[in-house]
Amino acid sequence: MFDINYTFHWNQAFRALPQMLDGALITLQIAVLSMIIGIVLGVALAVAKEARLAPLRWFAVTWIEVARNTPALFQVYMIYFGIPAVLQLVAGAFGINFRAMGINIFYLDSYWAVLVGIAFNNAGYLAETFRGGLRAVPPTQTRAARSLGFGAFAAFRLIVLPQMFRAVFHPMTNQMVWAILMTSIGIFVGLNTDLTGVTQELNARTFRTFEFFALAAAIYYVIAKIVTGGARLIAWRLFRY
Amino acid sequence: MIEIENVRKSFGNLEVIKGVSMNVARGEVVSVIGGSGSGKSTMLMCINGLEPIDSGRILVDGVEVHAKGTDLNKLRTNIGIVFQQWNAFPHLTVLENTTLALRKVLGKSRAEADEIAIKQLEHVGLGDKLKVYPSKLSGGQQQRMAIARALSMSPKYMLFDEVTSALDPQLVGEVLDTMRLLASEGMTMIVVTHEMAFAREVSNRVAFFKDGLIHEIGSPKQIFETPERPETAAFLKSVL
Repeated sequence: MFDINYTFHWNQAFRALPQMLDGALITLQIAVLSMIIGIVLGVALAVAKEARLAPLRWFAVTWIEVARNTPALFQVYMIYFGIPAVLQLVAGAFGINFRAMGINIFYLDSYWAVLVGIAFNNAGYLAETFRGGLRAVPPTQTRAARSLGFGAFAAFRLIVLPQMFRAVFHPMTNQMVWAILMTSIGIFVGLNTDLTGVTQELNARTFRTFEFFALAAAIYYVIAKIVTGGARLIAWRLFRY
Repeated sequence: MIEIENVRKSFGNLEVIKGVSMNVARGEVVSVIGGSGSGKSTMLMCINGLEPIDSGRILVDGVEVHAKGTDLNKLRTNIGIVFQQWNAFPHLTVLENTTLALRKVLGKSRAEADEIAIKQLEHVGLGDKLKVYPSKLSGGQQQRMAIARALSMSPKYMLFDEVTSALDPQLVGEVLDTMRLLASEGMTMIVVTHEMAFAREVSNRVAFFKDGLIHEIGSPKQIFETPERPETAAFLKSVL
């Protein structure tokens, strides 16, 4: 039988609220940075996947396939544990032993591993979204821009991209929310400064698991709602046409 | 001067231009008539290098358009083109549509660009629509905006690619009036058109295209009244 003699102690959780909100700030920071990197790389990958140069296409396809079809946790693990190990191994094969030299050159701390991992994931998902968005912009737009004397890159940046961003704005908002929630997997690589990390430390000290994680969930929910609400406001302001 | 010398052009196995030669002098208005798929529009795209050619050559003021090393972006600022689908940039207001290339291609300041663009937009009768987005304009207004956008670059030549074909009939007149105005101001124009009355009235010369070839070129009077080739006569009979 279950022992259900658990009494809720919410005061402890609420007293820790400022600490948890500090954690939420780190969560938001990782999400925003990973999103900015993801958008830039996502555009590059979307273009690369349609490139004439085959190696460029392969590179983009591999990235997108791995990012979209493997667990995000796996991706963060690979960056935190796998890639440093592989690179050390490769270096070792060339007779370079960084560890013996006292250099841990490929090591990313947990904050950066999570940031890079989620940026990798964002870029893969966004690349596919962007590719669809680019198709929504008629090629005649590029043609019209080129006829006015714009170079290929200028036409893409000034005419095609702004129209693409309108087409993909809502999927992008979803990805942003997803990025916020994904930061919680930082706990598996020892991230203890984000919302989940802070919550887990409080939990470990107090064993008030339900209270702390319920509060954390509520904070995640509010952040996600603020982001979608804010995005709607930005869309309304930006896309008046 | 635009010199087209024995130009050929294929899309895959389909040869759409089969050796076309034609000169257009400064200040001249040349209308190009002919059925759909005769290669007229493709010819225009070749003149400003939007389409590559297979052989022959096109010179604009002595510069070979398709030669390696030709700065096409620079060349295109001298050749305005207006398309059948007017291709307004939907994310920019009428004024922004018209100033963007002035600022980003020609490097003019915002104030300078605004001044030029407003002048051109007023010229085509859109002076009161500066802050409006294209989606709020009629097709005719969008097409006039496209003309102003091309004119604001102060091109030496203007190419018109069936600019009234996608318009509602009641909007055709306003666009043709704008083009008439331009012609009367001495703009060099190549006008691909199905508007026979317009071609006859405004052009210095009319060229008849069929199956990728110019079958006949001459004064409007000669082409419309005494066509030499049976193909020209047959086409005119079918459209007039």
